[in-house]
Amino acid sequence: MSKSYGPYPAVIDISFEVLKGEIVGFLGPNGAGKTTTMRVVTGFTPPTDGDVTVNGYNVVSHSLDVRRHIGYLPETVPLYLDMTVTDYLRYMGEIRGMNSSWVKDRLPKVIDMVRLGEYKDTLVGRLSKGYRQRTGIAQAILHEPDVLVMDEPTIGIDPIQVVETRELISNLGEEHTMLLSSHILPEVSAICKRVLVINDGRIVADDKPGDLSEKLQHAERIEVSVRGAEAPAFINAMRDIGDVIDARSDQRVSSTQRAEREEYLPFIVDARPNAQAAEIIAKTVIENGWGLSNLTPLPMTLEEIFLKLTTEENLGE
Amino acid sequence: MRFISVIAIKEIRTYFASPMAYVVSAAFLAITGFFFVASVSDAFAVASIRGYLAGAIFFMIFMSPALTMRLIAEEQKLGTLELLLTSPLREFEIVIGKYLAALVTTLVMIGLSLYFVVVLFVYGDPDVGPLLSGLLGLVMYASATLAVGLFASSLSSNQIVGLVVGSGILTALTIIDFVSARLSGIASEVLDAFQLGASFSVFDLDSFGVAEGGHFADFARGIISLADIAYYSSITAVFLLLTVLVLEARRWR
Repeated sequence: MSKSYGPYPAVIDISFEVLKGEIVGFLGPNGAGKTTTMRVVTGFTPPTDGDVTVNGYNVVSHSLDVRRHIGYLPETVPLYLDMTVTDYLRYMGEIRGMNSSWVKDRLPKVIDMVRLGEYKDTLVGRLSKGYRQRTGIAQAILHEPDVLVMDEPTIGIDPIQVVETRELISNLGEEHTMLLSSHILPEVSAICKRVLVINDGRIVADDKPGDLSEKLQHAERIEVSVRGAEAPAFINAMRDIGDVIDARSDQRVSSTQRAEREEYLPFIVDARPNAQAAEIIAKTVIENGWGLSNLTPLPMTLEEIFLKLTTEENLGE
Repeated sequence: MRFISVIAIKEIRTYFASPMAYVVSAAFLAITGFFFVASVSDAFAVASIRGYLAGAIFFMIFMSPALTMRLIAEEQKLGTLELLLTSPLREFEIVIGKYLAALVTTLVMIGLSLYFVVVLFVYGDPDVGPLLSGLLGLVMYASATLAVGLFASSLSSNQIVGLVVGSGILTALTIIDFVSARLSGIASEVLDAFQLGASFSVFDLDSFGVAEGGHFADFARGIISLADIAYYSSITAVFLLLTVLVLEARRWR
């Protein structure tokens, strides 16, 4: 499906399937189209082009059936601040079509599940961000939906509560089919069995989190400090080496630090793995008559990998 | 139907759990009381509720949008509209539920003011016909103004915008006779047909603000005419429908 806001395309011709019981993470930078996709899936807004089905129901022609089977936690947790947690959840249950005995039976279980017991009679407006998030999760799972859609469920809460919230979401994944969005890769790898990476409205990767990082670990990154070489000369010499993917000045080093290091210039070199790159780099530096003071392999973090993927850099494969 | 009552009950609770219902009711009682007293305290005054009605319909130009301004604008601001629209609710159920909540609150307020009628019966001998038709007219008028207010509330996430737009529409419909009086022929008649209720003759103690040409005039005189009922019902229906359309249009943005 595709979705445009006026002339602005938000999501361009994406296609994916989430199987029953799967937890799929939707990963991408801000503005990539995650929220738009979720709004289409939940029936909030129709796609401009294409079809979306949830539980076999089309989100446009059978919108009410879709909405009956979905629990949704939007990015800004939607709460009525002047209601107590219990009143709020009861109301949310009722507008989802739950009858009063079902609500009566289900409400204590859900409050227990998200550990809101001691705050159940507190006004929602007085809760801290983390507890508001839990209230938001509680309304999403209250009516026992088959499908859970959560948009950035851990954004803006403190680290301890993030850990608790992730645990809670992981547990929910045992009973629900789940689509979860995030811009933090470790979060997605911790919770999800499958990751969809979206950037500029297009899906750029669809894989298991483990495979995804493995596939991207094709680069070995080395920090090099060299004396006596002009930056362009060094970079060209490095790029001439067959196994080197890219070489550039190390932008992490500030100009003051540069001055302290005197004539040694810092560089970053990306090479293919298992190419003994460090050895070849050292050899090239010596052959050119430059001085070498540092040759350190750097690990690539998941965030960098993510950045690589979404900035569409060519990784050689 | 169940969803409509769920939403209506929640909104009525919110009205009476916040100062809104009480503040508006107090202001309503004060203003209508002032008009009522002014209309019956002269020597040889007529025992009627015309003064009360004039105050009520004048005040509702501002009060109805004030009551309804929160209903949809706040849902947009809090993001809860996204929840309502992703729940298995139809747009008209949301709109009707919220509308009924505002209407019930207004009826409670009108109910509180009925002690004026008791006062008339204690100290005078009022004509029952115009009294009942006047109250019926007031309820019809109130429903129309609330529908306009609800529509205004759906336009943005800003409650003040809702209040200003709602009062603006109602004021325009109220002073439409200023314009129609300066036109002639069909144009003048068409505009006259839209005259809502009071005009600025509200400061004229003889008519007590009930414009002679408006749809409220007959109700105040004791005449229940189908045209007037149709007018207020149409305003109500059209603005509720527009509200539903505004909500539906949000989906297609």
